[in-house]
Amino acid sequence: MKVEQISIFLENKPGSLEEATRILKDAGINIRTLSLADTSDFGILRLIVNDVETASRVLKEQNLRVSRTTVVAVEVPDRPGGIHGILEVLSKNGINIEYLYAFVEKSGQNAVIIFRFDDPDAAIEVLLKNGMTVLPGAKIYSL
Amino acid sequence: MIFNEEYETLPREALEALQLKRLKQVVQRVYHTVGFYRRAFDEAGVQPDDIRTLDDLRRLPFTAKQDLQANYPFGLFAVPMSSIVRLHASSGTTGRATVVGYTQRDIDTWSELMARCLVAAGLTKNDILHNAYAYGLFTGGLGIHYGAERMGASVIPMSGGNTKRQLMILQDFGPTALCCTPSYALNLAEEGKVLGIDMRALRLRVGIFGAEPWSEKMRAEIENALGITALNIYGLSEIMGPGVSMECQEGRNGMHIFEDHFLVETINPDTGEVLLPGEKGEMVFTTIMKEAFPLIRFRTRDISRLLLEPCRCGRTLLRMDRITGRSDDMLIIRGVNVFPSQIEAVLTGIEGLEPHYQLIVERTGNLDTLEIQVEVSERLFSNADEVKVLQNMERRIVNDIKEFLGISARVKLVEPKSLRRFEGKASRVQDRRQL
Repeated sequence: MKVEQISIFLENKPGSLEEATRILKDAGINIRTLSLADTSDFGILRLIVNDVETASRVLKEQNLRVSRTTVVAVEVPDRPGGIHGILEVLSKNGINIEYLYAFVEKSGQNAVIIFRFDDPDAAIEVLLKNGMTVLPGAKIYSL
Repeated sequence: MIFNEEYETLPREALEALQLKRLKQVVQRVYHTVGFYRRAFDEAGVQPDDIRTLDDLRRLPFTAKQDLQANYPFGLFAVPMSSIVRLHASSGTTGRATVVGYTQRDIDTWSELMARCLVAAGLTKNDILHNAYAYGLFTGGLGIHYGAERMGASVIPMSGGNTKRQLMILQDFGPTALCCTPSYALNLAEEGKVLGIDMRALRLRVGIFGAEPWSEKMRAEIENALGITALNIYGLSEIMGPGVSMECQEGRNGMHIFEDHFLVETINPDTGEVLLPGEKGEMVFTTIMKEAFPLIRFRTRDISRLLLEPCRCGRTLLRMDRITGRSDDMLIIRGVNVFPSQIEAVLTGIEGLEPHYQLIVERTGNLDTLEIQVEVSERLFSNADEVKVLQNMERRIVNDIKEFLGISARVKLVEPKSLRRFEGKASRVQDRRQL
């Protein structure tokens, strides 16, 4: 039920983000969703792609610092209070979130929230127990 | 004014006779008391009795900073510890530090030479001296302090830092003279201006600045900002501390070397060849009066030249020009000496880092800034893709650099391979200061 995410270390300077996306484009990688965390000096670009292995390999070949991390994708109806329901469950159960980002599915019916947890297995267990829809990796990669 | 009229104005002939007598004595003494010198002289095939003229000095081998480090901490002392009354050390981690010792007579000598410097700057016992050089292992603070007491000025032992307090004392105590690094003098001027203090209206009339490279342009800036005469002082802990040479207020051009205590040579840093007086090269000093820590032909790595024209102040002592560079990669950042290798040692001591780094030194406003760019290692990033992990690493580096080297640096993580790779001798330093 877990999703593999790729993170790329980027210097905070013009062109560094463009370099990363160009490498992925040249390798025919399709980006499902992404998020950029930034500080004054550097940024971390986090991506869910259709082909984790290839993406990771081509980025490393171009000397970028890449890490693969496990995240959890949760589907919620795209309506007011959707994300709040999940957070309420997590909060009640003492699950800590490192970061999250979200996107809306093509159908427009549902939103998908990508979570990074300290302990993904414990989080998935809590989410499933409370009737949440946790999407498997394969489903996300091919959305 | 001249503090020691007799020795500072000796006719050259008498001075050289005195130098030769003292050189012969010190060479005998180190040969018989310091194993390092005995081995070095034997290896060079020179015996103390071979020193018959001042020109024979060049038959003796050089002493390098590495020799001092190899004999860390007390290996080059020429007297037993029972005769040592003071220890100082250059900044640095254990392996790089240089420790110097002083006997009571050495302290007296140093006090006298510093007193000569202060009198050359026009100070009398009616002056109040604000001493903002750091007190501690660094020789600056205590060196100036003892000199001031010797010539009778009232010394305020401010030490470094706490600029607001320094400004308060400058207003309230009304010191007439200021001792600190030239960049700190400008910093004081700037901070004072921000606080609405008329810095030119203070009682200060003269400043004695050293411990870092500066320029005529900075001299003009300082003189204008503080309304004072700014003079240059030179020294290094290995030779003694501040007070090896000093500009006089009459000449204000080049620093008189106290040649009755130090022999000076200028050499080609690459070949070791002794240059003609007046040619630009690396300054080499031999101490002929020090008891605890005599140095024979010590290579300072400082680049300068001797000024041969007589000075209007009446001193017969040669002058040296301001330091224009280094023949090694040592950086002087806000008066603190730092070698890139010391920074590298700190970085390699941190788990998860690789020694791919670059140092960028700039002067922002009036203060030197050091930026350390470190490549993010595979190991560091693969374990965590969180901002906090990387920021913690940046903080850790900043703290370690501060703790081990005593300097404040800015740390910036950069992408791998974004730093130039060097073949052979690495040049990891970009010094963008316009000195």
